[in-house]
Amino acid sequence: MNRTLNTVYAWLLLLPAMVLLVAFTHYPALATLWHSFFSTPKGRRPAVFVGLENYQAMLQDPVFWRALINNLWFALGTVPVAVGIALLMALWVNRGLAGRGFLRLSYFTPTILPMVAVANIWLFFYTPQYGLLAQILQFLGLPGPNWLGTKETALPALMIVSVWKEAGFFMIFYLAALQGVSPSLREAAMLEGASRWQYFRRVLWPLLMPTTLFVLINALINAFRLIDHVVVMTHGGPDNASTLLLFYIYQIGFSFWDTAYAATLTVVLLVVLGIIAAIKFRWLDKRTHYQ
Amino acid sequence: MRRTVLKSLAAMIAGAFLSLPAYAQTKPVEVEFYYPVAVGGPITKIIDTMVADFEKENAGIKIKPVYAGSYQDSIAKALTALKGGNPPQLAVLLSTDMFTLIDEDAIVPIDGLAKDEAGKQWLGGFYDAFMQNSRSGGHVWGVPFQRSTIVMYYNKTMFKEAGLDPEHPPATWQELVEFSKKLTKKDAAGNVTQWGLEIPSGGSFAYWLFQALTTPNDAILMNEAGNQVMLDKPAVVEAAQFWRDLAAKHGVMPTGTIDWGTTPKDFLEKKAAIIWTTTGNLTNIRSNASFPFGVAMMPKQKRGGSPTGGGNFYVFKNATPAQQEAALKFARWATTPERAADWSIATGYVAVTPAAWQTEKMKKYAQEVPAAAVARDQLDVSVAEFSTHENQRVTKVLNDALQAALTGAKTPQQALTDAQREADRILRSYK
Repeated sequence: MNRTLNTVYAWLLLLPAMVLLVAFTHYPALATLWHSFFSTPKGRRPAVFVGLENYQAMLQDPVFWRALINNLWFALGTVPVAVGIALLMALWVNRGLAGRGFLRLSYFTPTILPMVAVANIWLFFYTPQYGLLAQILQFLGLPGPNWLGTKETALPALMIVSVWKEAGFFMIFYLAALQGVSPSLREAAMLEGASRWQYFRRVLWPLLMPTTLFVLINALINAFRLIDHVVVMTHGGPDNASTLLLFYIYQIGFSFWDTAYAATLTVVLLVVLGIIAAIKFRWLDKRTHYQ
Repeated sequence: MRRTVLKSLAAMIAGAFLSLPAYAQTKPVEVEFYYPVAVGGPITKIIDTMVADFEKENAGIKIKPVYAGSYQDSIAKALTALKGGNPPQLAVLLSTDMFTLIDEDAIVPIDGLAKDEAGKQWLGGFYDAFMQNSRSGGHVWGVPFQRSTIVMYYNKTMFKEAGLDPEHPPATWQELVEFSKKLTKKDAAGNVTQWGLEIPSGGSFAYWLFQALTTPNDAILMNEAGNQVMLDKPAVVEAAQFWRDLAAKHGVMPTGTIDWGTTPKDFLEKKAAIIWTTTGNLTNIRSNASFPFGVAMMPKQKRGGSPTGGGNFYVFKNATPAQQEAALKFARWATTPERAADWSIATGYVAVTPAAWQTEKMKKYAQEVPAAAVARDQLDVSVAEFSTHENQRVTKVLNDALQAALTGAKTPQQALTDAQREADRILRSYK
């Protein structure tokens, strides 16, 4: 009896979180998978079961491949750089220097700003001829490229914005982790004659590993979740050079109203994210030292 | 105790049912009205005033205006609401969304509602250039309201500096190249400090500007049924080649794509001598330009011409007959000559009927702002904006092709051949 009551208690306590998770995460994910096997209903034509046809169409869709490859490059370009800069900034502002609070705040500022405002500011930076970058280059006597209007530079330009935006946010996590490291460890290492690099490499870095893992996962998820900048700055152009997967899904879903195909693409996005998470938790976790 | 509660509850319900018919008789017809904002200015305030004026004259009708974001947002909202079973009864959406709305079975033909003699006369009163985007399959589906077209803005001071006549804007493609070359300036290091010409190609409007090149080259991009596009015809490829050449061969326009949103700013910052953009930007440029500027029609090649653009009123199918009637009444009221003139003067959109241009205030406005009349005069040679079934998708195919051609990723011939094939694939089920 007591046991049953306990079980009931446990389930009741879990209920609020579970209702939210089921309603906004699990059910939509399953519904997406379900819809991806049907055609898009249109006016008087209801949806019919089409099996894997949506997936076949996707494999033959050059824009899908473009978006996927762009997204991989985007992740590859932004994640290591953002995490690296975050770590550097955290180590920098963790020391006892004058104006530390101000420095921390200024590093964190990009994170507080609304995404759309940020994108508009950067849109001005990148504007040819009288944008900030163009003015600096003009001053140096260099020609300013058309950053957002050229196939080769559009995606890197977006990557820079993303790094700028994310690094400060991840810095906060590293900073918190660094504050948790006992100063006696450093003193002990110094007494043993370890160099500062050795202390970082052998003591600090392993201790920061859980944070790094957390930050990496978040950075990667953010890389696949980004859409605001694309909408404001390039609209995926020129010729899909800066189309990312989520932006393409949005376009298919809410501009073209091809909801079935959008569901198919969403399934792919979910699978990609699932694989990344699985690899990280299974492989990286083993090499991570939790205190 | 319990019985009393039940009894009073029953009495209340019965009372509600009994009083319902009486209540319904006095209740005004409510019409929910979605509208977008696509140009600068206090549009929401103007709309609210319009609605208030209308309600004063029509006591039995209550219009609920809902600001729905950009054009893209508005159609997304309207279709989402439709799928949720709660669409608006009236909306202003892009004229090019017509086929999408028909395919979604969302709207009713206007000519089916305005069947009387006065209604027919009203529908016949609009500029034909605007009606081209409102007709399909022998029916009228939309009422022109906030309509625009592409015009050329040019900086008269720069024309003078370059030794050109500021009262003679380029009238042909040849003159356009010639003048733009004179208007392009470089510094000692060879970097361009002032561009002769900018035709925006970024964002989602590349196809529209492209029509300002294909129309003068005597090419039409789609049929009236909206299920066939003609993108790989020689005249179309020529137009794309000309656009590419302006940057690549003549060096009078920046290479790569040019952003739609920053083009008016480039003009105001004196970085571009000539720009092509919508008449909707007139009020913005008029209030912010620090130099005298001119407005001109699209330069001619084989003929003149530009596409029209902008939004139409649509009446939704889910509405009750009374609501549809009320919605139609509002659309008719908003497009009467006096009202259309007010709207045009307040926003910069082109007044949609010749009768509106005959009103006293419009005559006065055209005298004060001759630029406004340029758009009207261009209507005689204007064509329908690019619009097909699966409109957004086909438009994206064309935009991508144009951007590929302009950035040099593909030759214009290759890009447009690919686009034609892709568009045929998308449209195959609508034949």
